[in-house]
Amino acid sequence: MTEQLLASLTDGLLLGFVYGLASMGLSLIWGVMRVINLAHGATMVLGMFATYLLFSTLGIHPYVALPIIVVLSLLFGFLVYTTAVHRVINAPYLSTLLATFAVNMMIIGIGTAVFTTTPRNVDIAVGRFQVGPVTLLSTRLVATLIAVVVTAGLYLLLYRTRPGKAIRAVANNRAAARLMGISAFRTLALSFGLGTMLAAAAGALIATFFPFTILSGAGYQTKGFVICVLGGLGNPTGALIGGLILGALEGIIPVFMAVNWVPVIEFVLFVLILLVKPSGLLGAR
Amino acid sequence: MTRAFRLSLVLLMLAALALSGCAQATPTPTATQPPKPTSPPAVQPTTPPTPKPTPVTKTVVIGFTSSKTGSQEVPSTGQTRGLELWLEQVNATGVTLPDGTIVKFEFKTYDDESNKERVQQLYTKLINDDKTNFLISPYSSGLTDAAAVIAEQYGQIMITTGAASDATYQKGYQLVFQLYTPASRYLTGAVDLLANLDPTAKKIAIVHENDKFSTDVVNAAKAYAEGKGYEIVLFEGYDSGTADFAPFINKIVGVAPDAIMGGGHFADGSTFAKQMYEKQVKAKFIALLVAPPELKFADIGEAAFGIIGPSQWEPQAAYSEASAKAAGIPWYGPSVADFVKAYNAKYGEDPAYHAAGGYAAGLILQKAIEDAGSLDTDKVKAALDAMDVLTFYGHVKFNTSAEAHGLQVAHEMVYIQWQKDASGKLVKQVVWPAEGKSADAIYPLSR
Repeated sequence: MTEQLLASLTDGLLLGFVYGLASMGLSLIWGVMRVINLAHGATMVLGMFATYLLFSTLGIHPYVALPIIVVLSLLFGFLVYTTAVHRVINAPYLSTLLATFAVNMMIIGIGTAVFTTTPRNVDIAVGRFQVGPVTLLSTRLVATLIAVVVTAGLYLLLYRTRPGKAIRAVANNRAAARLMGISAFRTLALSFGLGTMLAAAAGALIATFFPFTILSGAGYQTKGFVICVLGGLGNPTGALIGGLILGALEGIIPVFMAVNWVPVIEFVLFVLILLVKPSGLLGAR
Repeated sequence: MTRAFRLSLVLLMLAALALSGCAQATPTPTATQPPKPTSPPAVQPTTPPTPKPTPVTKTVVIGFTSSKTGSQEVPSTGQTRGLELWLEQVNATGVTLPDGTIVKFEFKTYDDESNKERVQQLYTKLINDDKTNFLISPYSSGLTDAAAVIAEQYGQIMITTGAASDATYQKGYQLVFQLYTPASRYLTGAVDLLANLDPTAKKIAIVHENDKFSTDVVNAAKAYAEGKGYEIVLFEGYDSGTADFAPFINKIVGVAPDAIMGGGHFADGSTFAKQMYEKQVKAKFIALLVAPPELKFADIGEAAFGIIGPSQWEPQAAYSEASAKAAGIPWYGPSVADFVKAYNAKYGEDPAYHAAGGYAAGLILQKAIEDAGSLDTDKVKAALDAMDVLTFYGHVKFNTSAEAHGLQVAHEMVYIQWQKDASGKLVKQVVWPAEGKSADAIYPLSR
């Protein structure tokens, strides 16, 4: 039992880092501009397909492809913000919700037409390390490492650079930030781009260990909402910790009961947090 | 917007164009045209003593959906290829009815996207808009169950292939006829094989897809194994579309079984086998449903080695006119060698059992029309009810009782295992039943 718990918990936590990375994007966008990005899951899948295409057609290794995907997804985020979100940024929440949902449907529609719903795999060599009863797979370890590095990079950007400080200023008070000469449009576009980039990067990493289809994003997006609520909406650190908590739960629950209970318990927790501590475990920021 | 921002948008558009250029072309979900006949349809009389009327040619429309996209794509493609080969061959001469009418066949088919709702819409469309005369099932028990109710409601005969679940044939349907060995007999042979290989093996872990077919299979296998004295140490289902099998694999490791059985369909079965290999799961015997007999299963490389799978048919199958004669039943259709050769010539690879099942579905319908001497639904149904025939695909006979009308009662499974040939290449070998095996099973698996 202990050995199984250890192995299962390790798997869950390693996956939790990647969940956390994806959810940081969702949390950042909400925190800065109060937009619930319903295209988040679809963006993760775009990251997966970009990895798949670069690997299967050009032979670019997924980890080498990651910087390319990061740049492309940042630009894609600018595009989505400019075309779909900016015009309704000051409208009620429902408008931005519908705008991002429309983007989600467009990505899935075009993706289904181009790629079909056939499962895809990125088949890269997987190394493994045995640590006691735990088998650690190299893909999961590298993904965790990259998730940590990207998180650190995001924090450096937000706390040590001018654009990062501008993002925090706009998140804090958009009108006051404007009065200080900060371009709200540029800052919001950058924030949306960063959120999109985090989603695509997480998708690119997930593609190295799980098969996927163009429809795979919905499940990850739902997990993203649970994670954000757990950690505190708008709080990127909370998102990472929420990811780790969810990963740990996904590791621990199956040791004691059927795997089918995992989503039930996750969503009970989701509702409980909303009822008892709606600001999340770390509180919104 | 600044110049730099506009420039970044332009760059993004260029990158998106480049990425879409990388994408491979995929089939569009439209009706396909039937292949053209490869030889003249009928022999013309050379010197008729008296003028005879020109034979009337009638075209029979057969409708079915295939999963050109979605999780069932791989086996469904094989099934459709088998059907298309049959169509090409049967249309070379056509089927001649007693009144001289030459029957030719035409397919109407759509992509069902591996989706039950689409299947029901499309089978209704096939019957009402495309005016089909007969139906073939889609691939998989779940999709076929959805299609069967439509066939029955509209009074059209449906030959099912790629659909093993018993439950579909226990609903009182009268026009649905099953070609596959039913799910209840899918993994029982694997239990027998395990008993044969290692009488000391006692613990079996069963992890299966939570769908109709797989659940039927494992429920029957569990009861059968327990009846043989095995202990089922793990019995758990996973949702269709599951990509992360780590929780199940950790549970399997925790209960340390002698054998692992289960799986579901191609996509999940391949992923399950791959992830078990990545985690170096130490089981002596692994038997999974559906995925192993497909040639594409070898794409997972070393992870395929040693995996056993139940198969409805393999090219090594020993069905022949001589075995039909010995069994006292009629033989019909091409020999195993002829089928394999024709399939290989058309598609450049050996057929897997899904392809053989597709071809056999057409062949059995052809045989029923010949026996009935008519295209009338009632007469063809009577011919199917009375059918007891051996083909390259095996023995075919249907249950005619009210409780399970149309259920297959004669066809038998074989069990394959992925082994390596002298050059180290992965090859399929038939390892069970003992009388039909092409190689001894590798046991225990060592990883």
